[in-house]
Amino acid sequence: MKAIDVRNLVKRFGDKTVVDHVTLSVEEGEISGFLGPNGSGKTTTIRVMCGLLTPDEGEGTVLGYDLHADQLKIKRQVGYMTQKFSFYTDLTIEENLFFVARLYGLSPTRSYVRDTLDKLGLTSRRHQLAGLLSGGWKQRLALAACIMHKPKLLLLDEPTAGVDPKARREFWDEIHDLAADGMTVMVSTHYMDEAERCHRINYIAYGKLLTSGTVEEVVAEAGLHTFILSGKGSQSAARMLANQQGVDQIAPFGNSLHVVGKNKTLLEQAVRKASQEFDIRCEPGQTTLEDVFIQYMTGSTDNMAEPASESK
Amino acid sequence: MNHFFSFTRLFALLAKEMTQMMRDRITFGMMIGIPLVQLALFGFAINTDPKQLPSALVTTSQDQFTRAIVSALEVTGYYRFDYVGIPESQADELMQEGRVSFVVTIPSDFSKRVLRGDEPQILIEADASDPAASSGAVSTLATVAKQAFERELGKNQNEASSVDIVVHRRYNPEGISQYNIVPGLLGVILQLVMVMMTAMALTREVERGTMENLLAMPATPFEIMLGKILPYLAVGAVQVIIILVAAKLVFHVPFVGSIWLLIAGILIFISSLVLIGYFISTVAGSQMQAMQMSFFFFLPSLMLSGFMFPFKGMPHWAQMIGEIFPLTHFLRIVRGVMLKGADLEAMRTPMLALIGFTILLIIFSLARFRKTLD
Ligand SMILES: Nc1ncnc2c1ncn2[C@@H]1O[C@H](COP(=O)(O)OP(=O)(O)O)[C@@H](O)[C@H]1O
Ligand SMILES: [Mg+2]
Repeated sequence: MKAIDVRNLVKRFGDKTVVDHVTLSVEEGEISGFLGPNGSGKTTTIRVMCGLLTPDEGEGTVLGYDLHADQLKIKRQVGYMTQKFSFYTDLTIEENLFFVARLYGLSPTRSYVRDTLDKLGLTSRRHQLAGLLSGGWKQRLALAACIMHKPKLLLLDEPTAGVDPKARREFWDEIHDLAADGMTVMVSTHYMDEAERCHRINYIAYGKLLTSGTVEEVVAEAGLHTFILSGKGSQSAARMLANQQGVDQIAPFGNSLHVVGKNKTLLEQAVRKASQEFDIRCEPGQTTLEDVFIQYMTGSTDNMAEPASESK
Repeated sequence: MNHFFSFTRLFALLAKEMTQMMRDRITFGMMIGIPLVQLALFGFAINTDPKQLPSALVTTSQDQFTRAIVSALEVTGYYRFDYVGIPESQADELMQEGRVSFVVTIPSDFSKRVLRGDEPQILIEADASDPAASSGAVSTLATVAKQAFERELGKNQNEASSVDIVVHRRYNPEGISQYNIVPGLLGVILQLVMVMMTAMALTREVERGTMENLLAMPATPFEIMLGKILPYLAVGAVQVIIILVAAKLVFHVPFVGSIWLLIAGILIFISSLVLIGYFISTVAGSQMQAMQMSFFFFLPSLMLSGFMFPFKGMPHWAQMIGEIFPLTHFLRIVRGVMLKGADLEAMRTPMLALIGFTILLIIFSLARFRKTLD
């Protein structure tokens, strides 16, 4: 059985279609990444899947429960960590946990709370107000509160935004532990390194799901070609290449330059021309996930843009 | 586990709300503080029973009767005759400008009528637009003047002729007394605090983003609503006790009716208030909006309920609008029960009106509640 299996989800706010015929599936026990630029509809899609929003169109199941009919059953078996910290800042850590434990009817409440505090290493600080915690600790508290009722599916909405690298690393270790124990996880993120820690990724832009698969599949499917330019003349070459046909992206990486294009022949022509004119070295390189996403983003911006600006 | 209602979940919500309420010092202080401050403000204005109020005497003669009455009035301490022997038109102006609170008019044929044995008249006009200021003075006035006059009359003549003292309360025919105001305050204070607090409590959850979390957890709309309403009912109960005790001990407001009938009325009234607050919170987008909407509701109901101005003195259309506020009906109940000893039979109409409001509001609120974030 699939943990998430939704087809053609549509969600509109007013006349704006925020989620546009999104079809998604996530296997049980999988860590599925959900990527896309700001405002692309990640949060909205996640809210639809955990029963917080009713989709305008589309159907499907989450944990085998119908999206329309069984919202309450879905809520009970899903753990949802909101993008913005949404526990009570004027309650202590312990009071927040007690509240959650009671709402889910976890019994004995006290031992659930004590175990969670222990696991988090927050026992000594349990009387501290949640609002006074640092970003990393807030995030740990939120995660702990979301998994206290042992959900089968965990939906995490940009859980690591504003968290330092060490805390991020620990967080991801924990996610992998949970997945190893059989929990299905869907996590939205901006970070490429986090995307690469997922079993599969889904990329959404402007409400449309553009691609999904393993990282390798997504990169391969994009059909992009990359050359890496280095040497003294890189700067001038970059300027020249910017208006060449076949060059879709130019991005500096340290001392080198990634030149990416979809049309291999045109790209090769442009790069060859640059290497003749300027003092540069030039070799074929690996297309990265980031290159792919940038490509998708520019592509879909054009689709969405006004006709007037399309001519550029 | 029950799908629609569980006491465990309700308890979780209640415990959380109570902890937050206690922790928010300012809000909690306001809940207790507002009744005290309001009572003190309104109560003192009523209770100071002001003395030495400026008065004018309209008369053409300076005979013994006039002097007797003036001195008797001054002895009570309420009156101070700043203007004596002025014409009626000037006295009118003085009162309109608020420079005198009383105008005592002794007609020019007064002594003639006394001697003739006719029933002579004295007209005393009181500026009742500020009833708190004038009520004490007015209540003693008629008897004092009468006694003084009769004493004077009895000294000189043996025949008992009586004087007719006509009291005109100007600008405020109903002459609301202090006893009217303190019970009324019960309704006003409850309304101010209950509606606003409830409206803001739920909006706060939305504004801080905790609503999203709450809705993602298995709490049903009914539980969330009760979890918000019950704690504020408790706060309302505390306020009622404060006000009733103060009414009794500080302001000596008589309580002639049934306390149980009053409690029943209060309970229904508070329920309707909390539901109005709850309803506002389902419409308002932010705490600021919730507060503004509460005031938008609060002010007209204060004006048109009969608290500020006598209900019967308002134009017909204003009375019609007044009828749609629970406060109007509650004021009838609280004044009727406390002051006039009205029983359930007499209070049936306002009681039924309040119950009607409450049922309507429950239906409204449940319909408005968002199970989702749409
Ligand atoms: N409740 C809402 N009402 C109206 N517009 C909304 C609402 N929620 C989100 N949106 C809009 O939908 C778009 C997608 O938002 P969101 O799902 O939060 O994107 P993401 O999480 O990918 O950044 C945004 O343009 C946002 O302004
Ligand atoms: Mg988002």
